[in-house]
Amino acid sequence: MADDGVEVGPTHRRGVLGRGLGVLWRAVRDEPRIFTVAVAGSCLFGMLTIGTAYVVGAVTGRVVIPSVERGQAAPAALAAGAAALLALSVLRVGGIFARRLGAGIMQYRLQARYRRRVTRKYLDLPVAWHQRNSTGTLLSNANADVEAAWYPIAPLPFAVGTLVMLVAAVGSLFAVDWVLALVGCAIFPALFSLNVAYSRRMAPRQARAQQLRAEVSAIAHESFDGALVVKTMGREAAETARFGERAGQLRDALIQVGRVRGAFDPVLETLPSLGTLAVLVVGAVRLRQGAIDIADVVSVAFLFTVLAFPVRAIGWVLSELPRSVAGWDRVERVLTATGEMPYGTSTLDDHGGAPAALRMDGVTFGYDGGDPVLHGVTFEVPAGRTVALVGPTGSGKSTIASLAARLVDPVAGTVRLDGQDVRELSAPALAGTVALVPQIAFVFDDTVRGNVALGRAGVDDDAVWQALRLAQADGFTSRLGSMARDCGARCAHSSRQGGADGLDTVVGERGTSLSGGQRQRLALARALAGQPRLLVLDDATSAVDPRVEAAILAALRGSQTRASILVIAYRRATIALADEVVYLEHGRVVARGGHQALLATVPGYANLVTAYEKAEAEREREKAYDEVEVPG
Amino acid sequence: MRAPQRELGCWGEREERACEPRSASWGAAVSGTGEARPESTWRTLRRGLALSPELRTGLAGTLGLAVVSMAGRVAVPVAIQQAVDRGLRAPGGPDLDTVVTIVLATCGVLAVTTVCGYLMMRRLFTVSETALAGVRTRTFRHVHDLSMLHQQEERRGALVSRVTSDVDAITQFLQWGGVILLVSIGQLTVTTVVMAAYSWQLTLVVYAAFLPLALAVRAFQRRLAAAYGAVRKLVGAMLAAIGESVVGAGVIRAYGVAHRTAARLDEAIDAYRSAQTRAMRAAVTSFSAGELAAGLAMASVVVVGVLLGVDGQLTVGQVTAFLFLVTLFIQPVQIATEVLNEAQNAIAGWRRVLDILEVDPDVADPGANGVDLPPGPVDVRFEHVWFAYPAGPPVLRDVDLDIPAKTRVAVVGETGGGKTTFAKLLSRLMDPGEGRVLLSGVPLDQVRFASLRRRVVLVPQDGFLFDTTIAENIRFGRPSLDDDGLMLALAELGLAEWVEALPRGLATPVGERGEALSVGERQLVALARAYVADPDLLVLDEATSAVDPATEVRLARTLDAVTRGRTTVAIAHRLATAQAADEVVVVDEGRIVQRGPHEQLVREPDSVYGRLYAAWLEQTR
Repeated sequence: MADDGVEVGPTHRRGVLGRGLGVLWRAVRDEPRIFTVAVAGSCLFGMLTIGTAYVVGAVTGRVVIPSVERGQAAPAALAAGAAALLALSVLRVGGIFARRLGAGIMQYRLQARYRRRVTRKYLDLPVAWHQRNSTGTLLSNANADVEAAWYPIAPLPFAVGTLVMLVAAVGSLFAVDWVLALVGCAIFPALFSLNVAYSRRMAPRQARAQQLRAEVSAIAHESFDGALVVKTMGREAAETARFGERAGQLRDALIQVGRVRGAFDPVLETLPSLGTLAVLVVGAVRLRQGAIDIADVVSVAFLFTVLAFPVRAIGWVLSELPRSVAGWDRVERVLTATGEMPYGTSTLDDHGGAPAALRMDGVTFGYDGGDPVLHGVTFEVPAGRTVALVGPTGSGKSTIASLAARLVDPVAGTVRLDGQDVRELSAPALAGTVALVPQIAFVFDDTVRGNVALGRAGVDDDAVWQALRLAQADGFTSRLGSMARDCGARCAHSSRQGGADGLDTVVGERGTSLSGGQRQRLALARALAGQPRLLVLDDATSAVDPRVEAAILAALRGSQTRASILVIAYRRATIALADEVVYLEHGRVVARGGHQALLATVPGYANLVTAYEKAEAEREREKAYDEVEVPG
Repeated sequence: MRAPQRELGCWGEREERACEPRSASWGAAVSGTGEARPESTWRTLRRGLALSPELRTGLAGTLGLAVVSMAGRVAVPVAIQQAVDRGLRAPGGPDLDTVVTIVLATCGVLAVTTVCGYLMMRRLFTVSETALAGVRTRTFRHVHDLSMLHQQEERRGALVSRVTSDVDAITQFLQWGGVILLVSIGQLTVTTVVMAAYSWQLTLVVYAAFLPLALAVRAFQRRLAAAYGAVRKLVGAMLAAIGESVVGAGVIRAYGVAHRTAARLDEAIDAYRSAQTRAMRAAVTSFSAGELAAGLAMASVVVVGVLLGVDGQLTVGQVTAFLFLVTLFIQPVQIATEVLNEAQNAIAGWRRVLDILEVDPDVADPGANGVDLPPGPVDVRFEHVWFAYPAGPPVLRDVDLDIPAKTRVAVVGETGGGKTTFAKLLSRLMDPGEGRVLLSGVPLDQVRFASLRRRVVLVPQDGFLFDTTIAENIRFGRPSLDDDGLMLALAELGLAEWVEALPRGLATPVGERGEALSVGERQLVALARAYVADPDLLVLDEATSAVDPATEVRLARTLDAVTRGRTTVAIAHRLATAQAADEVVVVDEGRIVQRGPHEQLVREPDSVYGRLYAAWLEQTR
């Protein structure tokens, strides 16, 4: 996340202001109606605030002073004054509701709208794009960055209403007395500039604190993720030092923020008071000159008091702009990201579920424009046949699996299913034809049923059970169900509906956690449930123990599945399933053919698949040698 | 008199003012699991202060400054009253000199209170940030000190939020909520005193006008707390949904289930939005109630004030001052509704942090009371060891076993048989429920961690890598190792060629969690990391399960050679490992069912090992 820093240097501050206003304008265009309501409410509030000041003044001048001087209350005027104050208060509440609710609804709607857009984009962008971006970055793009982009929306209607109110206030001051108005003309701009200066001082410090927060958080995430390694290597102290250093920087940054706040807040609070005091002095002079009366002095003094707070809303909008722009930039980076792999429109005739043929021709591929990891790979999985992909660690096998399921597109060459380029196939045609079981199984935070069926049409409970049986996952699923029943309320979290038969048991992070082998079997069941016509198994049973694996292979070998199979494996039994073996080294197909033929002619292959036997034979030899040696 | 609603800049007008980056800016951090346990706020505060005595530094001074700066607020209404009565309405026309005197005196008071305000905030920020940075780091360390079992009980996101957003909540509380609450109470008191000095009758009127609001505050606050509780819960659900769409991108694409995922996302996003809107409505309602109360108080003050004035009990200036004082009175009441809610959140966060900090690590370092492992090769003894995970059946039952020094032992058995648990007990990631584990005759729980972690290293199946280079990851095992030493170690393991073939060699970045490397390659790095640590007891838990057979056999042979003279315990489901071991231990349903060299075990008829080996042969031949 370190590259996502909010850098707000003084040099491009002006650019930030302009761009920030651009972001605000976009928000207004997205939600014009609710914005209008909120601003209307805010203007109403502002006018009533000014109105209240004059009513307070008028009540003082026309009711309080005459009544006290005459020693006799004028009931009608008194009632009118009180009623006016009450009425203004009720109207102000109306204004507050429109302003705050309007602003809130606008902000939340924008957040939701852009969260939807960003996550839609995630679903559209190819796996290669996902691999280029860290999980943490993508999470914060959809959450914190969207939130930051629309932060200034909350005070925006208030700020707009305040601008209107300031103009009206100065106007009204001139109507009362031009000399008092001059005091206002001195105080309001001073207040305004102080707010602007405050925001400018604050923004870079806030940005730095925010950046350090992200870094502290990233260190904690990584360190807790790797807690086992930290523990087994006894590196707790070193990790704490790494974290503590950054936490210390964050502390210093936050203290800097606090100092700016400490310097500005009390002054911002005192400035309007000075205005009020100035009004008293100037008011006394003007009063002596007979230009105004006491009611006017009270009105203006009250006005200064109530205007100070709204002026700060303008400061809030300004101070949030840099963060908003930074957030928006990151959101926009996602929204404008290219490299989508649009699906085609072609469909495939599924020939009543008959197996599909896969063919790769001269396929070259490199991750992220880097060095190719595959060079001109050509091979075929004929319909109904099983092909084993064999090669040393890091030779490009998983990449071929991804290409077959069109998680990535080749840089050169073609991948065809039943003779059709996979890039031309529609999404349903592709998903309905190929199923990939990855090396590391992903389990959704959902029920067993949801994880296997994935809401696909035609995958009912029977199909789910059938798939679980094939994947040897029916046993533990049933056990999960009965465990959930047995433990009842105490572990209700593990099952939403009591888990009558295990299908309702929630697995994944918030549910029951599964062992590596169980996760792999669940992922296999997911693939089988869709009755694919081509099954791609990427070392998909590596965490399953030999006996269970043997049972799975026996089931796959049986007639229950009618699919072509591309299988990545090292084990003989799995390879024995295959009609043909494709042997890979350093991203190139080195040899193709039957197992026996390759064993005889390709030393690398022979070396790989007979490694265990050879090791055993060698041990036998050494042992024999030792036995001969020892007595001698 | 000060700007009314001043503090609302951060609290009362929270939705309009994004005062401080809130929990959401921590990215994925979810602000806590579950609701607070019933423990009084005061108790939490006492516990918190006990664990962070730094917070008390100069507390009295800071509070004193806060009170002085707050007192400045009543200066202006008093000045207005004085100016109106003694200056503006002086007999014989406005008396400019008196007004100037009053104004200058007030300016002096304001200067003092402003400086006090500055000093107060400066102290407050410095002390609280310093104290809480300490809490952050201590909590981080403590999380690492907790046993694996404890770490696993909590969601990782929740643990991260203990050291991020929860600590922030405490800071916010200390810097704003707590101080504001105190100051508000002070402000209510001072305002009341000034009002009462002017007129006790009018003071009663003001109190009467605010009475309904004061009674409603608790109800408002409960509603707000519930509404914000819902918001927090739903933001967690939304983040989980987004996380799933990011982490599961491959599966979603491969199975063409983007529509279903999109629907789940929309549901979570919209649920969060409606909760936010509901919370906002509750907040605006309670804020508005304050506004209405203020209007009511103003109107009442005018009516009663005039009547009292007519009666000769009040001056014009005093009535006017009251109108200004009412605006000072309303703030604390309005603030109370929202600050109390924030305070509850902060206290809950503090409680979560304290709950972590106060858990004694159940697998603790004996520290100074401990002993070091005797030098030389390590032998292992399990004495009638039982182990069960919390609320689960026993995973290991009465395991009794001797592993002589310098032997290579393979532990095999079916998934779920307790092999990994065995490895974790051996490296003291957990302690047995019954029985004990001894290394070189020393009970494991008496061995100092500094000695234990240097001499005993476990390589787990998921060899977690840090987001840095291959070199740095290997160096994690021995920080002092230079690049030549690294290459030498890799050469000894037969991995030099592999590293040199990588585009940037040792400097190749491994990506987040090592995801830029293939699963097998990650295991190679993890193995090298353990190898350079140079332990006397090496525990391998399926450490090469994703590596190709030729590499695995080669690694096994080189490890054999280089670890000769050390004790090795390897857990494996590839029986090649067992064949190469000096002794095989077969674990089934938590018990040791067979022991001995491979050749001997294979010959035992109808045994667990026999069946495993038959399945293995069927697969590999």
